[in-house]
Amino acid sequence: MSEAVIRDIIVSESDDYIINMGPQHPSTHGVLRLEVSLMGETVKSVTPHIGYIHRGIEKMCESDSYQQIIHLTDRMDYLSAHMNNEAVCLCVEQALQVEVPERVKYIRTILDELTRLSSHQLWWSAFGMDLGALTTFFYGLRDRELILDIFEESFGSRLLHSFNTPGGLMHDVHPNFQKSVREYLKYFRKKLPEYKQLLTDNVIFRQRTEGVGVMNREMAISYGVTGPSGRGSGYSCDVRKIAPYSAYPLVQFEEKLQTAGDSYARYLVRMDEMWESMHIIDQLIDNIPAGDFTAKMKPVLKLPPGEYFQRVETARGELDVYIVSDGNKTPYRMKFRSPNFSNLFVLNELSAGGKIADLVAISGSLDLVIPDIDR
Amino acid sequence: MYDFSQLTGAIDAALHRSMTPGWALFTELVIIGLVVLILYALVGLFLVYLERKVCAFMQNRVGPNRVGPYGIIQTIADLIKLLMKELIPIARADKFLFNLAPFVVIIVSFMALAAIPFALGLQAIDLNIGVLYVTAVSSLGVVGILLAGWSSNSKYALIGAMRSGAQIVSYELSVGLSLLTVIVLAGSMQLSEIVASQADGWWIFKGHIPAFFAFIIFVVASTAEINRGPFDLAEAESELTAGFHTEYSGIKFAFFFLAEYMNMFIVSALGATLFLGGWMPFHIGHWEAFNHIMDFIPPLVWFLLKTFFLIYVIMWFKWTFPRLRIDQLLTLEWKYLMPLSLVNIVVVAFITLMGWHF
Repeated sequence: MSEAVIRDIIVSESDDYIINMGPQHPSTHGVLRLEVSLMGETVKSVTPHIGYIHRGIEKMCESDSYQQIIHLTDRMDYLSAHMNNEAVCLCVEQALQVEVPERVKYIRTILDELTRLSSHQLWWSAFGMDLGALTTFFYGLRDRELILDIFEESFGSRLLHSFNTPGGLMHDVHPNFQKSVREYLKYFRKKLPEYKQLLTDNVIFRQRTEGVGVMNREMAISYGVTGPSGRGSGYSCDVRKIAPYSAYPLVQFEEKLQTAGDSYARYLVRMDEMWESMHIIDQLIDNIPAGDFTAKMKPVLKLPPGEYFQRVETARGELDVYIVSDGNKTPYRMKFRSPNFSNLFVLNELSAGGKIADLVAISGSLDLVIPDIDR
Repeated sequence: MYDFSQLTGAIDAALHRSMTPGWALFTELVIIGLVVLILYALVGLFLVYLERKVCAFMQNRVGPNRVGPYGIIQTIADLIKLLMKELIPIARADKFLFNLAPFVVIIVSFMALAAIPFALGLQAIDLNIGVLYVTAVSSLGVVGILLAGWSSNSKYALIGAMRSGAQIVSYELSVGLSLLTVIVLAGSMQLSEIVASQADGWWIFKGHIPAFFAFIIFVVASTAEINRGPFDLAEAESELTAGFHTEYSGIKFAFFFLAEYMNMFIVSALGATLFLGGWMPFHIGHWEAFNHIMDFIPPLVWFLLKTFFLIYVIMWFKWTFPRLRIDQLLTLEWKYLMPLSLVNIVVVAFITLMGWHF
C-alpha cells in the first residue's frame, strides 16, 4: 500500500479534523510537514514529519576530506553557517593538536557573533510575520542586509561563506573589516530600539506570546532544548560559557536567561542576545592581534584513529560534532547533533491544547531551520 | 455649494421629454448602473494601488514604480494578469456554490455603494432607512465568504470561513450600536438628512464624548467586520495559507480581492458620513471668513478627503499590528466593545433627551 492510501485509512478511522501544515506552508519556514489534529480551532496534537530535505550530509562526510566537509556543514543550518564550519574546524584542530593563531580566534569569534546577530534579525523578521505583523520583515532584513554586505566584502559570499578551514581561515579579512564592523555596530545600536517599539511593547504581540507555549526547565532538559529556546525556560545551556572555545574565554559577557518559559520569554532572550553579541564584538574588534590567518597545515589531513568531539553554540542552540577516525583522510563516521532536531520535537507538548494561531507563534518562537533538522 | 440634483434633474427632464416614462426610468437605471460600475472599478483599482504605496511607505520601500509614472498603472497590469490566469477547477468542490460565492461577495459591496451620499444630491438612492440598508446589505457579505469556504472542499478554507462567520456576526453588533449613536443624535436614518444635520458641526464634535467613543468603536469594529488586519483571521496567511479563498484563482480570486477593498471604502464612507459630516465642509462656530474659505472646497473633495483619511487609518492598522487570536478577537468584542457600546448608547440617549448636545 502506498503511503497516501495508508494515510487515508488512518484519517478516516479517527474523528479528528486533520490538516497538514506543510511541506509548503508560509509558517513552517521550509519543507517541514506538521500533521495537526484539530478540534475546531483547538490543537489536539502535532506530529512533525521530517525528511523532505534530507541530503545525507553525514553519509556524504564519510567520503569527503576534512576540508571538503566544511562546505557541507554550511548547508545544515544556513543561518549559522559560520558556527557550523567552526565546529568541524575546532574538532579537527583538536584531533591534530594544532594551535591556531590568536588572530584566527578573534576573527572567528567576531564572525560568530555577527552571524548570531544576522540570524536573530531574520528570526525577528519572520516571527513578526508569523504573528501577522508584516512590517517587521522589512525592518529586520534592512539591518541584516548590512551584515551580509560585511561578509560579502571579506569573503565574497553572503550566506554560506565557508570561510573557515581546519587550522584557520581561507584567507585574511578585508582591510576594511574592522571599520565596517565598527560602523555597523554604531548603526545597529540605534536601530535595535526600533524593534522594541514595533513589536516588543505591542499589546497584541504580548497577548499573543505571553503564557503561550510554556516550557518549564525540566521539559527543556528532557527534550534537550538548547540555545535561546532553552534559556527562555531558565535552562543555563550556553556552550560559550560551559565549554568556552575560540576567543570566548577572553571576553566578558552574560548568559541571558528568562524564567517564564513562554514564547515571550524566548523572544526576550533573543532580543537580549543581540545586545550581548554587540557587546562581545565591541571587546574584540579593536584589538585583533596581527599575525597569520592560518596555522601551518598539511595539504592532506589524516586524523589519528580515535573519537573526537566538539560542541559550539550556534544561533539556535548546541551543535555537537562527533568524528570517528580510522586514520584515513576521510572520517570513518561523522555525527552532528543539531539543535533544531531536539527543539522541534518539543512542539507537540507545547502546542497541544492551544489554538492554531498559538501553534504558529510557538513554532516561530522556537526558531526552527528545517535543513538543520533533516541534514 | 453646487447641488448635483440640478444636473440629475436636467437629465431626468431631458429623458422624459424624449421618451415615455417607462423608458426614461429604464435609461436612468442603466446610466446609474454604469456610473456605479465605473466608480467601483476606479475606486477598487486605486485602493489596491494606494494600499501598496502605503504599505511600502510603512516598510521603507518604494512600492510599485515600474508600470506607468509612479507605478500608477500597476494595478491594471495586475488585473490583466489575473484575467488571463487559468481558473483551476477544484476536485470534489461544489461547483455551483464555488462559482456563486465571488459574485455574492462582489454584488453585496456593489449594492451598499448605491446609498452612499457622495455630495449634495449625488446619491443613487436616498432611502429613508439608509443606515439600516447599508449595514444590512454589507453584513450579507459573510454569506459569500461562508459559501466560498464551504464549497471549495478545503480544510483551510473551511476554518477561515468559520472564523470569518464568527467574527463578522459578532462585530456587526458593535458597528450597529455605534451607528445607532449617531441616529439617536440626528433623529433620522436617512443618510442625506444625517449629513444635513451636521451643517454646523460634525457629530464627532457635537456629540460630546459618547460620539467620540462611538467613532472609535466604529473604526475598530468595522475594521474587524471587513476582515482587515489586525483582524484578518479569515485569511491569516501564516496560519491558513489564504483562508477562505485558498482555492480560488484568476479572476474569481480578484473578485474577493476587489470586494475587500470596496468594503473598506464603504465602511470608511459610512464612517465619514455619519461621524465626520459626510460632504459637509469643516466649519468652526462663528469664524465667518474661515467658514467661507472652507465652502470653496467642493463637497465631493471633502467627502473623498474624509473617506481616504479613514481608509489610511485602517491601512495603518494592518501594517503595524500583529494579528489577534480567534479567542482574543471574540473577547475584545463581547467583553469590551459590546458592553461599552451599550453603555454609550444609553448615555447618548440621555444626552439627547435632555437636549445637552450642541
